[in-house]
Amino acid sequence: MTAFKYTLAGRLMADPLAVMALLIIATLVGMAVFADLIAQHDPDAMNIADRFAAPSAEYWLGTDNLGRDTFSRLLQGGRIALTVGLTAVGIAGTIGLVLGMVAGFGPRWLDNALLFIFDTLRAYPTIILALALAALMPRGLITVIVVVVLTSFSEYGRVVRTQTLSLKHSEFILAERAMGASFGRIVFHHILPNVLGPFFILAAMNLPVVITIEAGMSFLGVGVPPGTPSWGTTLKDGFDHIRQTPWLIVAGGLPLILVTLGFTFLGEALRDQLDPKLRKSR
Amino acid sequence: MTEAVLETVPDALSAHELSVGYDTRQGRLQALRDVSLDVRAGEIVGVVGESGCGKSTLISTLMRLLPENAHVADGCVELDGEDILTASPRRLRAMRGREMSVVFQDPMTSLNPVLTIGRQMRDIQYREGISKAEKDRRAAHMLGRVGLPDPEAKLRTYPHELSGGMRQRVAIAMATLMHPKLLIADEPTTALDATLEVQIIALLQEIQAEIGCAILFISHHLGVIAELCDRVVVMYAGETVEEGPVADIFEHPAHPYTAKLIECDPGRLKQRAETLPSIPGSLPDLTDPPPGCIFRDRCDLATDLCARQRPSRRAVTPGRWSACHHAEKVSP
Repeated sequence: MTAFKYTLAGRLMADPLAVMALLIIATLVGMAVFADLIAQHDPDAMNIADRFAAPSAEYWLGTDNLGRDTFSRLLQGGRIALTVGLTAVGIAGTIGLVLGMVAGFGPRWLDNALLFIFDTLRAYPTIILALALAALMPRGLITVIVVVVLTSFSEYGRVVRTQTLSLKHSEFILAERAMGASFGRIVFHHILPNVLGPFFILAAMNLPVVITIEAGMSFLGVGVPPGTPSWGTTLKDGFDHIRQTPWLIVAGGLPLILVTLGFTFLGEALRDQLDPKLRKSR
Repeated sequence: MTEAVLETVPDALSAHELSVGYDTRQGRLQALRDVSLDVRAGEIVGVVGESGCGKSTLISTLMRLLPENAHVADGCVELDGEDILTASPRRLRAMRGREMSVVFQDPMTSLNPVLTIGRQMRDIQYREGISKAEKDRRAAHMLGRVGLPDPEAKLRTYPHELSGGMRQRVAIAMATLMHPKLLIADEPTTALDATLEVQIIALLQEIQAEIGCAILFISHHLGVIAELCDRVVVMYAGETVEEGPVADIFEHPAHPYTAKLIECDPGRLKQRAETLPSIPGSLPDLTDPPPGCIFRDRCDLATDLCARQRPSRRAVTPGRWSACHHAEKVSP
């Protein structure tokens, strides 16, 4: 009865958008994981004679202002981007999930207090917060992750809270209570599985945003330390040397475009499959 | 069963002088006032009344599932001699599902959409201390019992894969899985079409005969009540106005509201009417209920007495009472 094509994975495989998204994501993740095997050059090796080279068989995406291989550096940048992305989304998502459920189930005053915190953090511009924190904290990935978590957990919190509130008063939860289900059983067996769908959609949509924040902070010089091969620093080098070569800025933007497309498509495909109202007939 | 035999059967459910109010911005809304109700073991009792008469509040009170702004001002509810309103939360959870359970109105919303039927039915048996396979076996047996084809396969389906009628059968299977002493059916056929309604009613009768539970059947549909129930309790604006055996009440109502309700049943119209009959007037404001009889503004028989004095329950015939000063004038 529950053949593969009826499972979530099966339904995703039948959706061309999802297949494309998964291919893009798998390629990017694969390139980040096997960066050392794929790269033909040491990402930090300088070769001044070949600086600002155009793409060639030797340098697939050209070289930067110090003659370093851009492709090899982008592979390393992928590791940073995915590390920051997954860690920050994981932490922010968990905090948001817990606080959202607490707000949804808690007393009115606690709900209002948490909503106030969510709204305040959401209203605060990310870049301003990033610059302020960068001035206070040592430069590095930890700071980037803290900035992302602070600015994005409220989004998960709000979504989870809304879902929890509407589910809390739904008839099937009432039916479960009438069957003698305890509070914990209702929260973990009935509310949580219903909340996770929208939660994962949001997480998939949010991941490229997080990666872009990391790139943006590195571009502004408040992200990873200088010299680290991040997508943002590559963009910054391309921006600084736009008169010498157009290739650097194009190459630096390319992975950002791909990661955004991949995860946005995945989020949309997940939404189509997880939201019963949008789901087409089997 | 004769009256003499009925008297000796113990009450499965006994609600006595229940008064329940909701705190609203307009003040305290008195949703139930002095409601008394007995359901004997193995008996099917109908509760009938129009929207807003307190049927849902009654169910919530009996199951102690009232929202936070509700207060039980007075009265007690006993299930098999055990007080529900003062039971510990732990004991209450143990009683729900096992001793009493509910089938809700809309089967499209009363099942968890993201869990399989099997998972939900295993969940209900979580206190049983039996293996997963045994839980599945019992669940499948119950699904087969309520008339679902291929019950083992149904355990692996999600609610959205089933039709409304099948879902209501699943809901009935879930509610009766633990063989409760009391099954509360909250308008279980209102959301279904007429053909299914007949099937579900027949199913409830079969289940009742098989596991011997008492059924409290809530409905606004007189035909269904007449078909299914032994006794009927008529509710109006938060009060019980009349109670007695189904046939007696429908043939000789002893409360003007019951009489009007029967007149308004479209099923008994002999010929096509331009407009369907209705009871003129509307429900009184329950935040400030008028003194005297609650129905007098809409009643043809109302006198000065009705405005002054709230009618008490008067025995009409044995086993039957009406809360009307003029009960004997209702059915000439």
